[in-house]
Parts: sequence; C-alpha cells; structure tokens
Amino acid sequence: MTSPEEQATVKDEKEGTVASELTRNGGVLGYRRDDLEINPPYLYPDYASTRTRAPKRPLVPMPHTLSEVTGPVYGDTRIGELDHDLTRQHEDEPIGERIIVHGRLLDGDGKPVRNSLVEIWQANAGGRYRHQGDQHPAPLDPNFSGGGRCMTDDDGHYEFVTVKPGAYPWQNNPNAWRSRHIHFSLFGPAFATRLVTQMFFPGDPLFFQDPIFNSVRDERARDRMISSYDHDRTVEEWALGYRYDIVLRGREATPMEE
Amino acid sequence: MPSLTPSQTIGPFLHIELPYEGEEALVAPNHPGAIRLLGTVTDGQGDAVDDALIEIWQANAAGRYAHPEDSRQDVPLEDGFTGFGRCATDHEGRFEFLTVKPGPVPGPDGRMQAPHIDVSVFARGLLNRLVTRIYFPDEGDANAADPVLSLVEDEAGRRTLIADQDDGALRFDIRLQGEGETTFFVI
Repeated sequence: MTSPEEQATVKDEKEGTVASELTRNGGVLGYRRDDLEINPPYLYPDYASTRTRAPKRPLVPMPHTLSEVTGPVYGDTRIGELDHDLTRQHEDEPIGERIIVHGRLLDGDGKPVRNSLVEIWQANAGGRYRHQGDQHPAPLDPNFSGGGRCMTDDDGHYEFVTVKPGAYPWQNNPNAWRSRHIHFSLFGPAFATRLVTQMFFPGDPLFFQDPIFNSVRDERARDRMISSYDHDRTVEEWALGYRYDIVLRGREATPMEE
Repeated sequence: MPSLTPSQTIGPFLHIELPYEGEEALVAPNHPGAIRLLGTVTDGQGDAVDDALIEIWQANAAGRYAHPEDSRQDVPLEDGFTGFGRCATDHEGRFEFLTVKPGPVPGPDGRMQAPHIDVSVFARGLLNRLVTRIYFPDEGDANAADPVLSLVEDEAGRRTLIADQDDGALRFDIRLQGEGETTFFVI
C-alpha cells in the first residue's frame, strides 16, 4: 500500500501542483455540481420507502473544502485473490448463466480512476439474496454468496466473474418485481465522488414497472445504468460478457494561470 | 466528456458485501484519546432504520487527512490511521464507531474549520446518499465561527449537527425526516 505521502509525490509529478498549492492556501479545487441534476429525487413516492425516509427540510448547499476533496485511500490489502470471482468462492460452482462483468471507472473528464475500490453484491440466479431479510421463496445456492470486490487497474478497468442475477418480487406494490441488477459501490478519489448505484441488463422486460430504475427521470441518464452485451469479452464455450462503464463526478476547471 | 452515472439506493441487502470487519474501529481501544461515537438512525415515523450504512471520513487528531491532496507537511500523518470508518446499523437502528476527535483543518478563505467528521448515510429508501457533518459539543467558539455550520440559517438546524456527550461517549442521532430532522448538505 502506498502511503499518502508517497501518493502525493506521485500525483504532483503527474498532474502538477495546482491542487496542493490551493490546499496550502486554504482553498481547494472542488467537484462539479452541474451534472448532479440527473440523480433521482429523494422523495419518489412510487418507491414507497422514500416516503418515510426522504428529508423534508431543504438540503443545504455547501462549498467543497479539504474535507470533501479528500477521501478514503484503499490499498490492495483488503482484496483476496478470488474476491472478484463470485463463481469460485465455494467448493462447487453456483447454478446460473456464467457472466463476465467488466468496464472502466472514469472521472467526469473521461480519465481513468486508478487503484480504486469497486464492491458489488447481488441475488443468485434464482433471484434470492443470501440475506436473512430476503424471504422470497426461491432456493438459496450453497455455492453462491453474492458479494465481490476488486481494485481498478492503471486504466481504470475492473472485472468480475459471476452468474446473472434473477429477477425477484418485492413488497413495494402488488405484483412488483425488481429488474435484474447488480449493486455497485464506488469511491473514486474523494468524499465528494462516492457513488452507490445499480447495474442493469439490456432489454429487461421489467424496466417499465421498476420505480427504483425509473426514479432517474432522464432517459439518457437511465440508459447509462444499463450494461451492454459485449461479444468481444464473451469467452467461447465459457461465459457471456457484459460491459458497464461507470462515470464519477468531474473536477471543476483548473483556475486560469496568472 | 462522459456523463455521470446516476445514483441508486443501496437497498436492504448491503450486508452481503459492504460492512467489512473492523471498519467501525478507526483506532484501537487503548489508543490515546479514543472516543466512542454512537447514535441511532430513525425515519419520519420515529421508527429505527435497521438497514442503514453509515460512513465517516475525518482528519487525524492533528488535523491531517490521510490523502494525497492534503499535502501539508507541517501537520503530521499518523501511521495506520486511515480516517475512514463504516458501520451498518443494527436491528435497533444503532451504529457505533471508535475513533479520535479530529484536529481543525483549513476551510475556505484560509480560515480554519471547527473539528468535524463528514458523514454519508445510505439506506433502503434513499435513492442518493445523504451527507451531514458531526461537530463537537466542546468547541463552542470554533463552531460559532465555522464557515460550513454558519451556512445553516436556523439555530435548530445547526443544533442537529453538534454531537452530545452521553455517558463518556459522543452521541449523534440521525433523523432522516420529521421532527428534529438532521440537517443534510448538498456537496
């Protein structure tokens, strides 16, 4: 694990000293806010749980300070050799359609977010989570836990091997079913860039009635949560490939040179 | 330029992957100045939120962040202190961290900020995370001058951001909605 001191040096050499100069002066280079409008609202009544959990008071806009442009730095130390392969965490292989889920973690300028922790969790192929709160009467799979993690590489690339999660019913409204999805947790470089989202599968017939998916009102933004089938990453006689690139917030423009 | 990937709820099954053993303890129990930071998360009906995930991010006791962009060499880093903690709430909506009080860090205009901890709240029913800050009850003057706390216009709203002493621990309850609603920020 690289110490923060060492990382500061590396970063300074690569990207100049604008950010650290600003820090010394008490100012920081913040993250852009303009594109946050595509995020779902807190209160989205079709998703019933938001009714008692969405704040009613207006949120208070605040500037980014040193506290928000810094954030947890994970090393490789918490990643086990098989943590990225959800099909090899038990004695035998899980039931289901074996898939490779991969893509790049990018910042808002299209640059790779390197050495950053990616965590996923999902239901098994029958649509059942290994969780005491999941009462859906579909079988648990003794060979599937449903959790994985990895670090992005120098190109911002990540990759998991897993099985395609099943759709499952939930109590939101009568005959409600969640679209097939994989939960993703991303950190990026700062507290301000933290993102938890879900990856969906192309052509899912359940989208129309899924209020979590549809809470993102902008259709193009919604489409960015849908992975694409990737024949180039499909491995002959072994697994189907799906590609899912994730874009975190970008940095405000660097101040003009004086 | 690529466009942002939208946020979605963490859902009720986050425990499959996210809580990582030991991540609620930022320091060892015998660490000088170790404090228990605890609280309960409740919803708009006053019910405990038993499926939330709380994350905290803070500077060390000297006021330095373990991150490359805090390059102030005159403020020491502390070996092994990452400044990050994560805790899922239990069946009664409770969370508890073991940490230290952070030192002051620079704010806008070169003024120092009062000691504070940044907080993310994730839960079923939250389509985006909620962000708040924990301030300390023994920092009256610094809190009064804090540039972020000062953005909250009403006294009751500011009050929700200041932790309480509670039998040797520090208590910071989080009310997502309704009476005593915690002040949340857009960052």
